[in-house]
Amino acid sequence: MVDSKQQWKAWLYLLPAIVLLLVFTVWPIINTVRMAFMEGYNGLAIVGGATFKFGIGNFAKVISFTSFKTSLYNTMLLCVLTVPISTFLALLIAVALNSIRPLQKTLQTIFFLPYVTNSIAIGMVFAAMFNIVGNMGTDGHDIIITAGIINNCIEFFGGEPINWINAGSSYWANITVMVVYIVWNALPFKILVLLGGLQSVNKQYYDAAKVDGTPRARVFTRITVPLLSPMLAYVIITGFIGGFKEYSSIVGIFGEDMGPAGAPRRLNTIVGYIYDALPKMNYGQASAAALILFAIIFVVTMINLQVSKKRVHY
Amino acid sequence: MKVVLQNLTKVFPSRDKKNGTDVVAVNDFTLEIPDGKLIGLLGPSGCGKSTTLYMISGLQKPTGGKIFFGDDDVTELSTENRGIGLVFQNYALYPHMTVLQNILFPLQNLKGADKMTKDQMLERAHQAAKLVQIDELMDRKPSELSGGQQQRVAIARALVKMPRVLLLDEPLSNLDARLRLQTREEIRRIQKETGITTVFVTHDQEEAMSISDMIVVMKLGVVQQVGKPQDVYDDPINLFVAKFLGTPPINVLSGRVENGVVYIGDDAVLNVSGVDDREVIIGIRPEGFELDENGPLCCELSNVEVMGRDVSVVSRHSASLNPLIRSIIDADNKVDLGSAVVRYRVKPHKFFLFDKETEERILYEVK
Repeated sequence: MVDSKQQWKAWLYLLPAIVLLLVFTVWPIINTVRMAFMEGYNGLAIVGGATFKFGIGNFAKVISFTSFKTSLYNTMLLCVLTVPISTFLALLIAVALNSIRPLQKTLQTIFFLPYVTNSIAIGMVFAAMFNIVGNMGTDGHDIIITAGIINNCIEFFGGEPINWINAGSSYWANITVMVVYIVWNALPFKILVLLGGLQSVNKQYYDAAKVDGTPRARVFTRITVPLLSPMLAYVIITGFIGGFKEYSSIVGIFGEDMGPAGAPRRLNTIVGYIYDALPKMNYGQASAAALILFAIIFVVTMINLQVSKKRVHY
Repeated sequence: MKVVLQNLTKVFPSRDKKNGTDVVAVNDFTLEIPDGKLIGLLGPSGCGKSTTLYMISGLQKPTGGKIFFGDDDVTELSTENRGIGLVFQNYALYPHMTVLQNILFPLQNLKGADKMTKDQMLERAHQAAKLVQIDELMDRKPSELSGGQQQRVAIARALVKMPRVLLLDEPLSNLDARLRLQTREEIRRIQKETGITTVFVTHDQEEAMSISDMIVVMKLGVVQQVGKPQDVYDDPINLFVAKFLGTPPINVLSGRVENGVVYIGDDAVLNVSGVDDREVIIGIRPEGFELDENGPLCCELSNVEVMGRDVSVVSRHSASLNPLIRSIIDADNKVDLGSAVVRYRVKPHKFFLFDKETEERILYEVK
């Protein structure tokens, strides 16, 4: 224990960090809560001395908006689709990477590349890959051409090109592209964590399983997965938290309109909704939406932790 | 099941491919292990004993030579088809499974004709657990068990599929001294009860000598001596074996043979025949000394350690290759602590001569 005479020194050294945290983290959080409960909040008016009624009006309004409901639905849908898929794929890739010797480091680097690449840049590349379909026709003769590599591949194998992201594309085509993009973007971190977990597993468990003639599938389900369960729980929990904050991936592909041309905001998320509210001076509603998002993440994480208590073997 | 190792060799290729030398972990190992016996593979670390064990298990492939279980050549057979049970040094119990699940695991892998019903498996698991006396702990996780209990679970897991051969890798090295004594007797009892041919690896000579039917002393991949523990102790083939067996270790001195007399320094300690005049290394077991006021071997007395039944006399001699000479004599003999010297006679059957260059044993007859 530090001598009480020395304690002021400790506080002195902590002071810069504490001041920064108070100004840029603690106060904004408190202020967000305050604003969320101030009905009809207006930043300029409050400087002028106006007072606002406290109440749950912002929440009631936000929940009643269709645009918020759409955002909530999109966010939930992307979470529920991408987290299991990316976790499962990451697990398979990590196990495969761990079981090969040659090229392991090279492949590891390749799989890790998306992590160090800017997600907007990745989004633009994906947008180009999933591009079609220009209606290049003039004077009434439609000439449909495909410009994206994905549609080129589909056509090569004899399929019909699909309008993935351009004007007139269907909602589910958009969602498919988003799922592919988000999963691909989420893989490297998950692979890294799971591979690290795998490499710290005692090899003798596998020798013991081999002596007992355990089939490969059983080794995977009865030994590898349980021993990796702490890492899996971590990856799933952080995956859900990240998923609820989904925003930049959609901007990356669809731009700030958050939807294909002709259907803006169709793919909006909760974070997108919050950002949209800010230029309209709807600080109160933005704060309320942020608190709702926080509540959702909190509840989902609690559920995750409860489930993992039963399933995770530390 | 008789196990035969024939010219077994394992070479690990050097990591430095250009100018490194390959490591020969096991070199031309030939041994026949009789059915139902407990064999201890013994040697310092890096002597190839674990590699030999893992080659018998099939987890490592020999570079050369053959392995037979009974009359079957199993050299090319994969681990799971050899019918062995293996207990790892740190047990390798699956941490997320209970004791019962751990013991059941090998049975659940059985396929085809060997496939068992749930009840049969449970019965077998309980039998194995009873044998190693852990049937009270079936619902615990390995982390909730002591080291000795974990060891028993590991043995039960290895025994539950009734292996033809049981292999134990340093089975006692993770246990404290008390548990070690208890567990080694336990291993002996289990082995006797089941009658399974058992091979275990250890660097602890006391452990190997106390429970083995036969010990194999290895050094740098080469078998030095094979035999019953007492025979190897009483009749070591070279200086390495003599030094490796026995606690306290054998006393080593330099000396010479002149006209049928063995000299240590200027002391003529023993008359022998059948040895030419030469420089020799002399090994004397601690129990090979007898106090004698007129004894030929004169040492500088250092101190006396009382152990109750025996006393251990610590002394120095200029010809000794170790800093101290330690003898163990009956506590009935009184040692005069005031005296500067202590004089000994030596017992010829505890007194060995070795070649100075090759360190091979030189046989002699007492005159």
